[in-house]
Amino acid sequence: MGSIIFGRRALLAGGAGLAAAAAGRGAAAQGAPIRIGELNSYSRMAAFCIPYRNAIQMAAEQINAAGGVMGGRRLEFIFRDDGATPGDAVRVAEELLTRENVSFIAGTFLSNVGLAVADFANQRKRLFFATEPLSDAITMAQGNRYTWRLRPSTFMQTRMLVEAARGKPQKRWAIVAPNYEYGQSAAANFKRLIGGAIPGAEIIAEQYPALGRIDAGATVGALAQARPDAIFNVLFGPDLTAFVREGNTRGLFERRFVLSLLTGEPEYMIPLGDETPEGWVVTGYPWEQVEGAEHRAFVEAYRARFNDTPRKGSLLGYVTVQVLANMLNRANSLDNEVLVDTLRDLRSDTLVGNVTMRGIDHQGSMGTWVGETTQRNGQGTMRNARYVDGTDYMFPEEEVRAARRA
Amino acid sequence: MSVEFSFLLVQALSGLASASSLFIIASGLTLVFGVTRIVNFAHGSFYMLGAYVAVTIVPWLLQIERSPTLFFIGVLISACVVGVLGVLMEILLLRRIYKVPELFQLLATFGVVLMVQDAVLHIWGPMDIAGPRAPGLRHGVMILDQRFPAYELFLICAGPVVLGLLWLLMHKTRFGILLRAATRDRDMVGALGVNQALLFTGTLFLGAFLAGLGGALQIPRVSASAQMDLSIITEAFVVTVIGGMGSIGGAFLAALLIGQLQAFGVLIFPKITLVLVFLLMALVLVVKPWGLLGRPEAAPASAMPEGIASPRRFRVFEKLLVALALLAAAMLPLFGDAYAVKVATEVLIFAIAAFSLNFLVGNGGIVSFGHAAYFGLGAYASGLLVTKLGMPMEPALIAAPLAGGFFAALFGFFIVRLQGIYLAMLTLAFAQIAYAVCFQWVEVTGGDNGIVGVWPSTWAASRIAYHYLVLAVAVLGIFALRHVIYAPFGASLRAARDSAPRAEAIGIDVRGHRWLGFTIAGAAAGLAGGLYAFSKGSIDPTLLGIPLSVDFLAMILLGGMQSVMGPVLGAAAFHSIKDVFMPLTDHWRFLLGASIIALVLIFPRGLGGAYASLRARFAGGAQ
Repeated sequence: MGSIIFGRRALLAGGAGLAAAAAGRGAAAQGAPIRIGELNSYSRMAAFCIPYRNAIQMAAEQINAAGGVMGGRRLEFIFRDDGATPGDAVRVAEELLTRENVSFIAGTFLSNVGLAVADFANQRKRLFFATEPLSDAITMAQGNRYTWRLRPSTFMQTRMLVEAARGKPQKRWAIVAPNYEYGQSAAANFKRLIGGAIPGAEIIAEQYPALGRIDAGATVGALAQARPDAIFNVLFGPDLTAFVREGNTRGLFERRFVLSLLTGEPEYMIPLGDETPEGWVVTGYPWEQVEGAEHRAFVEAYRARFNDTPRKGSLLGYVTVQVLANMLNRANSLDNEVLVDTLRDLRSDTLVGNVTMRGIDHQGSMGTWVGETTQRNGQGTMRNARYVDGTDYMFPEEEVRAARRA
Repeated sequence: MSVEFSFLLVQALSGLASASSLFIIASGLTLVFGVTRIVNFAHGSFYMLGAYVAVTIVPWLLQIERSPTLFFIGVLISACVVGVLGVLMEILLLRRIYKVPELFQLLATFGVVLMVQDAVLHIWGPMDIAGPRAPGLRHGVMILDQRFPAYELFLICAGPVVLGLLWLLMHKTRFGILLRAATRDRDMVGALGVNQALLFTGTLFLGAFLAGLGGALQIPRVSASAQMDLSIITEAFVVTVIGGMGSIGGAFLAALLIGQLQAFGVLIFPKITLVLVFLLMALVLVVKPWGLLGRPEAAPASAMPEGIASPRRFRVFEKLLVALALLAAAMLPLFGDAYAVKVATEVLIFAIAAFSLNFLVGNGGIVSFGHAAYFGLGAYASGLLVTKLGMPMEPALIAAPLAGGFFAALFGFFIVRLQGIYLAMLTLAFAQIAYAVCFQWVEVTGGDNGIVGVWPSTWAASRIAYHYLVLAVAVLGIFALRHVIYAPFGASLRAARDSAPRAEAIGIDVRGHRWLGFTIAGAAAGLAGGLYAFSKGSIDPTLLGIPLSVDFLAMILLGGMQSVMGPVLGAAAFHSIKDVFMPLTDHWRFLLGASIIALVLIFPRGLGGAYASLRARFAGGAQ
C-alpha cells in the first residue's frame, strides 16, 4: 500500500513542483489537514462499528506518518454517532458539513440511515461514501451522483452464495430471514437467483422473525415441519446464536445443506463458539487464513494496536481509507464534483487486492470470502475459504440502467 | 402442509417454554407496578443485566465442576446480584421521586435504561456473549417422533414453579400480605404504620430478582447482547397489561396466550411477529378495559391533578419573554450559523408535537405512549403525496394534519373509553400497529427503508426560508392550541380529567370531549410530522416508533406538564441536550440518561414548574 501512495505522490508532487517531493519517504504530512466526516451507529451497532473505526484510525495514522495525501496533507476523520435513525443521521451529517467543515462524508450502517443520508448528500451536492449499508437501493433505484458504496451489496453476497450452491441436488428450500429490509431483499434476491443455479428449486417455507426478537423454538419448529432439503439463512447477531442453538438441539441442520449470509464474519461467528455448525456455506472473513504479506502486516498492526483480532468491520474500515486516499491523490482537489468524477471507475490497490468503483452504479468491486463453516479448538472458523471478487457478481448493466435515474 | 399431531404438540411445547420465560420476567414488572405504581422501564435492563452477569459468573463456576447444581447456583447468584441493583435503584433514585407525578418516575426509569445500555457496552464490550449450555440439559428429548430441547422442558416447569412460590410468598408470609395490601391501597398500608420504605425496597429487590432470573435462565438459549433490554421490555409490558396490571395470575395467563399465539401464528403468517402481541393487546383492551384479571383502578386518591391546574394568562413579564423568544427565533439566521438554524427548526417542529402531547396529557389527563404515531402518519401522508403523486409541498403539508387527525379520531374512538395506564398502553398498541403497517407495506411505504426525496418547494428549499416557514406554522399552531386550552372546551377537558362523574353530572359529554381533544392533538402532531419530513427529506418507520414517543414524553416532562408553555421549553431543552452530547462521545446515551435523571431530581415539576415557583416566590417577596 505504502509504495503505491508514494508512487502517486512523487508523480503529483513532481508535476506540481511541490516541496513535499523533496521530503521523501517517511516525512510527516504538512499543510491543512483534509477533514472527512464519518457518521455511524457506534452505540447501537457497536460490535461492527467500533472495530471499523479502529481500523480507520489506524489506516489514517499510517498514511499520515508516511506523508499524508495530496502532496503532504494529513487525513483527519471526524467521527460522529448517527443515532441509528435517519432523522438524527441527517442532522449529524448537516453538522459535519456546516460546522465541522468536512470536505465530504462517509459511513452509516443501517440501510434506512444510509438511504436518508444519501438523499441528503444528493440534495446538498456533497460526496457520500456509504461504507457499510448493504441495501441494493443505495446503488440502484435510489442511487444518485454523489453516493458511492464500497461493501458488496445484499444482491452481490447472495449471488456469491447461490453460485456456491450451483448444481447441488437440493431442490426444496426454506428461507429464514430477519423481518426488515436487509432480510426481505436477501430473500427476494435468493428466490430470483436460485432457479438459475439449481433448476427446479422451489421455496417451500419462509420464516421472518422480528429483528432481535426471534422466538427460536417456534421458528425452528416451523422450518423443520416443512422438511426442506436445504435452508437459506439471513439471520445474524443474537438471532443467529439463538437459532443455531435451538436448531442444533432439535437436529434441524442434520443432513441439510445450509447457505448463510455473513455468518463467517468474526462479528457473528465468535459468539457461536463451540455451537458453530459444520459445513454451512457462508460469506465471511477468515482473517487468520488470508494470504499475502500486506494483509498479514495489517493483522499484526491491528492486534498490536488494539489487543484484539480484526473483524470484518476492521477490514472494511481499512480498505475505505485506502480507497479514499487514492481518490484524494488522484483528484488533488477537494471540489466534490471533481471527487465524484474521480471515483468513477477508480481503481485502487487495497488489502483485498484491486477495488474498482464501478461508474455505472457507484458500487465498489470489493468482494468477500466464501467458504464452509467448521470448528477449530471450540471456535468457529471457515475452511476452503476463497476470496470472491465482487466484479462478476454485480447487477447486470442493463438492469442498472433501468433502475437508476442518475 | 400436512399437520401431524406430534408436530402440533411440540410446537405447543415451544410456545409453553416461551410463555414460561416471559412470565418470569413479567411477574416482576407487574409486582413492582402493583405496589409502587411505577411503570418501570428499567425492568428490561435488569433482564439484560441478569443475562450479562450470568454469562460472567456461570462459566467461572462451571470451571470448578460441570454440574447442573453449580449452573443453577450461578443463575440464582446472578438473579440476586440484579436484585441488589434493583435495591440500589430504589434507594438512590426512586425513593426520592415517589411523590412526583407517575409519569416522571417513568421518565427517570427511562433515564436508567439509557445509562445501563452504555454501561453494559463499557463493561462487557460490544460483542454478543454466548453463555454456556446447562450441563445435563444440553440434549434433545424425543417426544413422539420429534426432538425437543431438554432445557426447554425445564423452562416449561420453571414458570409454574415461580408462580407457585410467588403465591406462597404472597399468601403465607407477612411480607407478601403487606405486598398485597399495598397493591390494593398504598396509603392505607402507610397509615397503619407499615414501614413503606422497607416494603418498597423489598418489592424492588423481588422485581429485579425476577427480571434477573429471567435473563440468567435464557443464557443457554440466547447470547447476551446490548439490545436485549428493549426487545423484552415491550413484550413484558404487553403481558402485564393483557393480564391486568398488578395481577400475577393474569400475567401468567397472558404469557400462556402470547406464547401459543406466537408458536402457531408464525405457521400461518410468518411476518406477523412484529405486530402480533400488539394486536392481541388492542383486542383485549377494547373488550376488557382492565385486562384479563385486572381490577378497575380506584379513583385517584390525590386531590392534586397531575397537569395544568388552571392556566394562567401571560402577564407583562411573560409577554416580554415570549416576544424575546420569538425575536430570537426570527433573528437566528442573522447571527447563528447554518447548523444552528437547522437545530432551531427541529426544535420548533418538536415544540409543536410536544405542545400537542401536553394538550392531551397535561390538559386532558390522557397519557399517550404512542403520540409519535400521529407525528409519523402526518409525515407519511406528506411524503407519499410528494413522492408518489408528485404533489408540491404546500398541499402535502395540509394533508399532514388531516392524516394525523383522521387516524387519531379512528384510534381515539377506542382509546378514550379506557383510563390510566390501560389507556396509555392502548395508545402504544395502536402506535405499534401503525408502525408495523408502515414497516411491512413495502410497496407503498418503502418498508423500513422508508422513502426519500421529500424535499420542500423551491422557494422554501434553503435552510433559512424553511426555518421561517416552520416558525410561522409553529407560532400559529401553538397559539391556536393554546387558545383551545383557555377556551371553554379546554376547561371541560380539565373537568373531565379531574372528575369524570362530576363533569358528566354538569352535562359535559366526557367521552365526546376527550375524543375530540385526542383528534385535535393528533392533527397537530401530524402537522409537526409533515414539517419534519420536509426538513429531513425522508420518511421512515422510526418516525412512528416508541423511542420518538418517549422523546416527546421526555420533552413535556422536562418542560413541565402542569404549565401551558412548558413543553416548548422542554422540547428546546431535550433536543439541545441530545445535540450537545451526541457529538461528544460514544456514550452519549449515558449522558442523556444521566441528564434526564438529574433534571427529574432537580426540577420535579419540570422547567415550567420551576419557573412557576420562582414566580410565586418573587410575587410573595414583593408583597
